[in-house]
Amino acid sequence: MSGVFTVFRKEVVDNFHDRRTLFSSLLFGPLFGPLMFALMANLIIDRAVDSTEKTLELPVVGAELAPNLMAFLQQNNIEVQPAPADAEASVRDGRHDAVLIIPDEFPDRFRAGRPAVVQLVVDQSDSHASASTSRVRRLLIGYSRNLRAMRLQARGVSTAVLRPIMIEDVDVSTPTGRSVVILGMMTYFVLFSMLIGGMYLAIDATAGERERGSLEPLLTVPVARHELILGKILATCFYMLISLTLTVTLFAIVLHFVPLEALGMNVGFSARSALATMFVMSPFILVGAGLMTVVASFTHSYKEAQTWLSAILIVPTLPILIAAVQSLKPSFLLMAVPSLSQHLLITEIIKNEPVAASWTALSMASTTVMGLVLIWLATRLYQREAILG
Amino acid sequence: MIEAKNLQKSFGPIQAVRDVSFSAADGRITGLLGPNGAGKSTTLRMLYTVLKPDSGQALIDGHSVVAHPLKVRQSIGVLPHSAGLYPNLSARENIRYYAALHGLRGDALDTCVETLLMRLDIVDFADRRAKGFSHGQTTRVALARALVHEPRNILLDEPTTGLDVMATRKLRDLVRQLRDDGRCVLLSSHVMQEVAALCDDIVIINAGMVVAAGSPDQLRAQTGRDDLEDAFVHALGETEAS
Repeated sequence: MSGVFTVFRKEVVDNFHDRRTLFSSLLFGPLFGPLMFALMANLIIDRAVDSTEKTLELPVVGAELAPNLMAFLQQNNIEVQPAPADAEASVRDGRHDAVLIIPDEFPDRFRAGRPAVVQLVVDQSDSHASASTSRVRRLLIGYSRNLRAMRLQARGVSTAVLRPIMIEDVDVSTPTGRSVVILGMMTYFVLFSMLIGGMYLAIDATAGERERGSLEPLLTVPVARHELILGKILATCFYMLISLTLTVTLFAIVLHFVPLEALGMNVGFSARSALATMFVMSPFILVGAGLMTVVASFTHSYKEAQTWLSAILIVPTLPILIAAVQSLKPSFLLMAVPSLSQHLLITEIIKNEPVAASWTALSMASTTVMGLVLIWLATRLYQREAILG
Repeated sequence: MIEAKNLQKSFGPIQAVRDVSFSAADGRITGLLGPNGAGKSTTLRMLYTVLKPDSGQALIDGHSVVAHPLKVRQSIGVLPHSAGLYPNLSARENIRYYAALHGLRGDALDTCVETLLMRLDIVDFADRRAKGFSHGQTTRVALARALVHEPRNILLDEPTTGLDVMATRKLRDLVRQLRDDGRCVLLSSHVMQEVAALCDDIVIINAGMVVAAGSPDQLRAQTGRDDLEDAFVHALGETEAS
């Protein structure tokens, strides 16, 4: 087995020499994932929290003509501001999302019980403003509805007349449910940067060596072929492990700056959770290294291998996507699916919920078995004469 | 000592080697001579255990290349058609890697590598990365790499292709030294002059078959031509006709 170690050491050193490869595999992958995650998570959380809680500024023309309406708006977290000189121009230029105009005849019509017109100046083509304008519109409708009820009651008519059908929404979504999408993103990035970390070596071990012409002399040394490829796969695993460690560490740091509590999640990505994440993820290194080496064995050049692997890299992330879209609940049987089980387990770890030991055991066992099968296949493929191209 | 007996090898419908038998003795330089596509490289690849023959046998120092490939690899040093150095490793690191693969460790490894660096005149560029080496430098490092374990048999696939005059001279001197050490040297070439200048024995291959074999004098006598090149062309012509 000394041949395995010799190859392993050489591949680790050789890959380390190649600064450009090292940069893209160990810096770009682990950095890109967590930063991208933080950015996207902040965006999603902003949107979820923004619309209902933030004070909205609304310039109003003729605010003094409808003091009750202004009071109602202010109660609903809208700050009434003095209107700009040209309301339409200011909306068109994007200085304001919307401007409310109370015409001079408003008080007279209102008192007379005739429809009192107010104008809401909006720009329909401005998608940024749509959240605020629809919020203002909702409030105006609400105010109108209240008045309608009061006026009917004053005339002795029951408001029930106006509601032949009443719709009641029963919302079962929880803040945590929403966060599943965000957490799905995190496992996706961890998985992705881990695979990127080992990709260059996996390609180099087969297609790269063949293209450089260094494979043929290597096959003439008195070391069995399976030892050569095992050394290379081990080196791939080593770099994937480094990449995994870097990524999880960075996530632990980044998660402090992402206000996941805003979604009602009990998060504390402690050192313990980070270690648990790495532990649960580690068997997947075998799957990744085996899969990439097998695929690269079939290709004829570095470029071809790169093209194929970029496509193949998506495969392990598909179950996570499906889980996120279908909102799959973790169950014992799902733990038998590599990548999906890691995703579900890590989600539980981040939510600080207890994970059954049998679940972890099944996930790790099934993933390890799949990894070993792939590695075995890779060694078989390395025995073929066609490996020389 | 290298012996090939009725070697055959096909790739799909293409019969690369149809019937090759010859033997290369210790202390002699044997040349496999033939036009491009004659099956020289495929024959060598079977001898250095990278390809398995479809039928026939080959023995290196009495060990079968099919039955005991690891044993055979211990007693051969190979310079394949492409040198294939690792571009990110220095000359020294490239050689050390192969020494380690051959099981050398510690002091034995250091001494072996340093000796080879001197003997093949690599010292000047030993610590430069292989990325920028000239063709001659690359060939010398690749040859050093093939000699780390002091093999009894040396197989060289078109070793002088692409080398300039000085580098070719240097390489020829090295090959003669290896012979004078008593090793068995087998090299392939498609250049008549190359083989004539260097080889003690010549095996002419055409279309996957051995068409003539012997020392330059024997070949001249066999074909009845005074000029070796004429003898070569004559030998090839006979197969074309048959």
